[in-house]
Amino acid sequence: MSVTAPAQEATTSTEIIETDAVVIGAGPCGLFAIFELGLLDIKAHVVDILDRAGGQCAELYPEKPIYDVPALPTVTGQELTDRLMEQIKPFGAEFHFSEQISTLSREADGRFRLTTDAGTEFLTKVVIVAAGGGSFTPKRPPLAGIEDYEGKSVFYSVRKIEQMRGKDVVIVGGGDSALDWTLNLAPVANSLTLVHRRDEFRGAPHSVDKMRKLVADGSVRLLIGQVTALEGAGGELSSLQIKTANGVESVPCTAMLPFFGLTMKLGPVADWGLNLHENLIHVDTERFETSEKGIFAIGDINWYPGKLKLILSGFHEAALMAQAAHRIVYPDKKLMFQYTTSSSNLQKKLGVK
Amino acid sequence: MTKITFIQPDGEGQTVEAENGLTVMEAAKLNDVAGIEAECGGACACATCHVYVEQAWREKVGKPSEMEEDMLDFAFDVREESRLSCQIKISDALDGLVVRVPEKQF
Repeated sequence: MSVTAPAQEATTSTEIIETDAVVIGAGPCGLFAIFELGLLDIKAHVVDILDRAGGQCAELYPEKPIYDVPALPTVTGQELTDRLMEQIKPFGAEFHFSEQISTLSREADGRFRLTTDAGTEFLTKVVIVAAGGGSFTPKRPPLAGIEDYEGKSVFYSVRKIEQMRGKDVVIVGGGDSALDWTLNLAPVANSLTLVHRRDEFRGAPHSVDKMRKLVADGSVRLLIGQVTALEGAGGELSSLQIKTANGVESVPCTAMLPFFGLTMKLGPVADWGLNLHENLIHVDTERFETSEKGIFAIGDINWYPGKLKLILSGFHEAALMAQAAHRIVYPDKKLMFQYTTSSSNLQKKLGVK
Repeated sequence: MTKITFIQPDGEGQTVEAENGLTVMEAAKLNDVAGIEAECGGACACATCHVYVEQAWREKVGKPSEMEEDMLDFAFDVREESRLSCQIKISDALDGLVVRVPEKQF
């Protein structure tokens, strides 16, 4: 049998996207930034690591009421997101979900080149960091030595189902992610064990039903307990120690998928040379610009004396940021301050006239 | 004022006084008790204010609600006596409450 070259992922030829502004983060502040930028004819592309808009509001408290958004006595996280999406619709911003900006560098002409972890590339005049509390990344179970196994036999997401074929898979979790992957991988895995700390699942009821059927017919093993230790060598797992009501059991495992929800991490933002103040981006209060001209930061991610991590603060910051961004995007254009109530120009852009 | 004692993993105890109506998490934060993160600020949207309720107090403190159980799925080393401290409201009935702080917040 001849040795063939390793299979390569088909490289999609991505054109570099040239734009006026790249907004990092599609939470409430990133979304409202699109509005303020749009009023000033600044076109934006938005990148977010989640698969949808809304940031912390949509991810952490979609159903919970917020009481301090001006003019809205009460509004849920999801409602606020939906309303903002409607408000920014006229500006046709392009969203790049499930991607994270990984590199940022300045070109000779002063523009910024950004790349994402999915290979998307931007050339932009200004960058608005609206990253909130940081990128939502999967929580890492606090098990000794787990980092050594990550990417080799511990995975927080599955890119290809085939990757799990023939493995002894252990999935940990009680929500939709854990259930969906249990259902998806049971047919290809050598063995599949679902571990959850209790016999109640947060996931969709019909997914729970399907899982229980697989347990009943023996395709999936359900273990009520918690993982206490990993065993293996060289990044390859061989088994997991799982504590159940009956004591500690050693379960064969060559692939572990822990689904413990998401946590916010500063991520690559920390590597771009911006002045940080306790992991927050230091900005001025006139332009909300960072230590790098042309890179702005609004919302929870920034810091200035007196800063409050309120959505309404981020909205204000977006408005002032847009004025400053305009001077960079259109250096030769005069910026005339206009009101949406009286400017036919703005109203045309908003599509209300 | 109601007295609450937080016991750290090394056995070190710290007794604080808190007003009724506050949560155990708030009492911890107001008194700089170590080991309680409360990343979400008490919204029951994370699991970083996780504590273990001492056996003698478990009945008075009660069991977690369904929403709290869902969030406890994201904590680590969850035990029968686990509660999210932001969901425990302080009242006279809990005067003298003792809780243990876990090794780490997930």
